[in-house]
Amino acid sequence: MHIDYYPGCTIKASAGQYETSVRAVLATLGIQMKEMEQWNCCGVVHSLASDNLIRHIAPIRVFARLQEQGGSEMLTLCDMCYNTLSQANHLVRQNARQRESINDFIEAEEDYDGEIHVLHLLQILRDRVGYQTIKKHVRRALQGLTVFPYYGCKLLRPGGMGIDDPEAPRVLRDLMHTLGAAVADDPLQTQCCGSYHIVNHDEIVSRRVGKIAARALERGADVIVLSCPLCHFNLDTRQALVDSPLPVLYFTQLMGVAFGLDLDVLGLNQHHIDPLMLLQQRGFVQEEEALV
Amino acid sequence: MIDQPREINIQLMGKDYKVSSGLTIIAAIEYAGYKLVRGAGCRAGFCGACPTLYRRAGSHKLYTALACQTLAEDGMCLVQVPFVPVVRRPYDIEEVAPSANIILQYYPEVAACVSCNTCTRACPQGISVMDYIQTALRGDIEQTALLSFDCISCGICSSRCPADIKHYPVGQLARRIYSKYLLPRSSQLADRLDEMETEQCEVEVETMMHLSTEELRARYEQRSFETVAGRDQKHSAIQKWGTAVDPVDYRDEVEEVAY
Repeated sequence: MHIDYYPGCTIKASAGQYETSVRAVLATLGIQMKEMEQWNCCGVVHSLASDNLIRHIAPIRVFARLQEQGGSEMLTLCDMCYNTLSQANHLVRQNARQRESINDFIEAEEDYDGEIHVLHLLQILRDRVGYQTIKKHVRRALQGLTVFPYYGCKLLRPGGMGIDDPEAPRVLRDLMHTLGAAVADDPLQTQCCGSYHIVNHDEIVSRRVGKIAARALERGADVIVLSCPLCHFNLDTRQALVDSPLPVLYFTQLMGVAFGLDLDVLGLNQHHIDPLMLLQQRGFVQEEEALV
Repeated sequence: MIDQPREINIQLMGKDYKVSSGLTIIAAIEYAGYKLVRGAGCRAGFCGACPTLYRRAGSHKLYTALACQTLAEDGMCLVQVPFVPVVRRPYDIEEVAPSANIILQYYPEVAACVSCNTCTRACPQGISVMDYIQTALRGDIEQTALLSFDCISCGICSSRCPADIKHYPVGQLARRIYSKYLLPRSSQLADRLDEMETEQCEVEVETMMHLSTEELRARYEQRSFETVAGRDQKHSAIQKWGTAVDPVDYRDEVEEVAY
């Protein structure tokens, strides 16, 4: 089976290891990703102003383009893209007048009426593939590894738009259990990392990341997993204040390790905080593999 | 033959004129008695010096075009835009090695793009301007260079952009980085330059001087394109049309030379 894939700018610019690990993991599960032919930025942040329609043009144009290319479902990996696309989709489904204004402006060959479904990768894995199937592909169970799932905001909020319970999410926990890992839970899993304050108020991000990482350590975690490239950047680069920084991995990188996939496609060497040492010590990765 | 009136009415900078039909906008302006010292250049659609802004009769829309490439229509209301003052930031080509953020470092305003597509609609060259701004935003230098390749720097896109992006210097920077760092080197070109240095090609030129038109044409048609190591496809500027036929009509040129 194949699924139309909307990458988003950050994946291409600074989260290459997420994309290559997803491709490898999905290929193992028999799913091919077909990248859209032409695509633009998702718009990054959903505008909450009721009359600021120009901010919704970018996400709706993405849908209109996929519709023109004959698609009906869209896979995203990035939490920010998922959130912005979902909220814009909800807007055109709910609001006929705004939908008409947006369509008039875009002037695509065909109007977009909100018929495309946008899916986050975690939804595909949980609802389509299923944990049972994933379990069948595990070659090296992550026994003895304690994982701290970090959700952040965009995957879960606002409620109704998110892919899981915004107060007590479990999708990453269930997935990590499927891989054989132990999971450390904590309320800070759903606290914002500071997001794009990294641009001009990085002290906010450092403070928040420091708290999250310290709590993860306290709960006995060896590694943090997440799905958002912006959270990853913040957590991976801002743990300087913490004495023993925890490696921060995309969940698909750990899936790849558990599936026994080639390390070079998993991009484990593309992090500020090196995860390889830990994975070697625990015997999930052999030394000769890590040299690749 | 299309039935058309001998004269049409146009409005230049708010003033009415009757001009002969069938003229380009630039010719119509001159027909009306103006002498263009700015806002005109090569008159062949290559230099980008004659952007024009116009309305059509019965439409509220503002259209853009190159005045030398567009016919004046009855009821047109227009003005020449001789120059679009875009910002250009100096860089040393030796120091702009390709990286995901290199274009954003020089032109951070591309991040303000709202994907409205106004630039693409305004482009007289038919370039997907918004798409190359988007590829620049995500650090794809190769696509930005290729998508912006036909840009003639007229600046119309930048005059219409609601996010105030200055597009063509972005495409230019991408093409320069692409040419310097990413474009595969041509071994054939290096060989040819060597041949020129050592005057080896003189003999070949001498031989060609004595060929007939048919022989020259046969050579032209059988010419080969450079190949690039590591790529399946031959690399050529006209490759994208999927044919080895040169867009220039060589027959006229050959026959002219034969005279």
